[in-house]
Order: sequence, then C-alpha cells, then structure tokens
Amino acid sequence: MSLGPITLGHYLTVGAILFALSVIGIFLNRKNLIVLLMAIELMLLAVNLNFVAFSYYLGDMGGQVFVFFILTVAAAESAIGLAILVVLFRTRSTIAVDELDSLKG
Amino acid sequence: MCRAARTRAARTSTRNHAMTSLTALFYVFSGVLLFAGFRVITARSPVYAALYLVLAFFSAACVWILLRAEFLAIALVLVYVGAVMVLFLFVVMMLDVDVAAVRTGFWKHFPVALVVGVVIALEMAAVLIPGFYVSEARPLGAAALKLGNTKLLGVEVYTNYLYPLQIAAVILLVAIIAAISLTLRARKDSKHMDPSEQIKAKKADRMRIVSMRPEAVVRDAASDAAAPVGDRR
Repeated sequence: MSLGPITLGHYLTVGAILFALSVIGIFLNRKNLIVLLMAIELMLLAVNLNFVAFSYYLGDMGGQVFVFFILTVAAAESAIGLAILVVLFRTRSTIAVDELDSLKG
Repeated sequence: MCRAARTRAARTSTRNHAMTSLTALFYVFSGVLLFAGFRVITARSPVYAALYLVLAFFSAACVWILLRAEFLAIALVLVYVGAVMVLFLFVVMMLDVDVAAVRTGFWKHFPVALVVGVVIALEMAAVLIPGFYVSEARPLGAAALKLGNTKLLGVEVYTNYLYPLQIAAVILLVAIIAAISLTLRARKDSKHMDPSEQIKAKKADRMRIVSMRPEAVVRDAASDAAAPVGDRR
C-alpha cells in the first residue's frame, strides 16, 4: 500500500472538517445547551490541531505555546459554562436555548 | 561502493516504510477523530455525546503525538479527558434532561446546517490543499532538538511568555471563584454563624436597658400563708 507523505494540508483539512462538523452540531443541537458546549469544545480542538500542525511544519514553538493558553482558557470557559448551565437548570428547569427568552422585550 | 549504495537503498526503504506506517496511523487517527466528532453532534443522549467527545480528544492527542507535541498531547488527555469531560459527565448525569423533548425538531435546520458546514469545509480545503503542500517539517535547531518538546515548551513559557502565563493563572482563579459563587446555595436549615456579624454586634443590639420606677410590692397575706415560699411559681 503506497500512501503519499502527509503534508501540512492534510492536518489543516482534518481541522477544517472538524470545525465544519461542530458548526453543523451547533445548528442541530440548539435545544440542548450541554451538546452546544461540547460542540464549542470540538471547535477549539480543531483550532488547536491547526496550531500544532503549523508549529511542527514551520519549526516554531510559538504555536504550541498558543495551544497551551487556549487549553487553559477553554478549561475555564467550560467550567463557568457548566456552572451557568446548572444554575439555569435550577431556575428554569430546562436547557433548551429557544426557551431562554426572558430577556426578550 | 556497491555496498554503500545498497546500504543507502536499505536506509531509504526503511524511511519509506516508517513514513508509510506514519501515514497510515495519521489516517486511522484522523478517521476516528472525525467519526467521534460526528457522533458527538448526532448522539441521542448527552451521555453518549460526552463519551464520544472523550474519544475525539484522545484521537486528537494521538494525532498531536504524530506531530511531535508530546507535552500538549499528554496535557490534553490529563486536563480534558481527566477533568473537563468528567465535569461534563457529572453535569449530564446531575441534570434530569428530557431527551425526547430535546430531540424534537432535531433535523429541522439540517439542510441549512449541511450547506453551511460543507461550504466551510470546501472553502477551507480550496485554500489549504494547494497552498500548504508542505511535506517536510522545517527542523528546529539542533540544541532545541536535544532539549526535547516538554523542556522546549517550558523554556518558551517561562521566558518569552511569562506575562501571558500569569494572566492565564489569573483566568483560572477567576474561573474557580465564578464557578463556586454561581453554584453555591446557602442551605435554609443549616445553623451556621456568620463571624463578621458576631464581631460587629454591639451591646446595644443584644440588650435594651429600660429605666423604670421601682414599684412597691403589695403583699397578699392569704396567698403567702397558703403556699410555701419555695413552691411559688
């Protein structure tokens, strides 16, 4: 079996497909805030994959440092997001996004 | 000379073999990653979605190891699979989500979503495939290669990116405080004391001194005689 060498474009394509998948996921799961948060995590993962691939193929550690900080911020974001989700479920007992319209005038 | 040529040919074939196996591994890991991502967004129950997200993160960590980013791959497994996904699973199991209600109208916006997703993927592929046909990694310096990925990342983080590191630490602190203060509920039946309230209390808050005139006691001789002094209630 002969497979060509893996180029930077291969990794970037995987990242692009993953990003597109999570966009579709945000469209589909608009009634389930938990899966929306998971789709956002997938998006961040796709971006991180691009960063690591560029870091490897360009020989620059800056990309990996950036992934390091993105991981930090993403962990903080998911912790706060889940806390907000729990509070939301306590007060409204639903997590459907289209029912959270009490701020609508 | 003939032997040298044969050795070179053998070395090239070994490298080709290694490259082919790496290529195969890349396709396997990427395939699992994309499949897991697809299942995350279409899974019927949020528990399954969380478990497939674990699989996606793990496959991504494998891909990162192919890219020689060992520290980040292990950090991804430890931080994400170990902490964040367990948090997700806790929340999923804690909330009593009505799955059937959540799934109604799931495919309503699917055509639009499909169009948007395919357009995103095609646009990016159109830019990426011809523009980034880089197959050889540009090597890091010889000294950097000797240090290894983890140490190299540490040197970068603690020298050039020191202030961002401090800011990241502050962000984590903010996340801790925000998550706790959002979800903390005071129990109504607990008999706890508030120390600051205790310290702030003055004598006047607890006791009120009323000045009143002393009254003359009127003795009733008959009741005095009927009950002994000690028994009077």
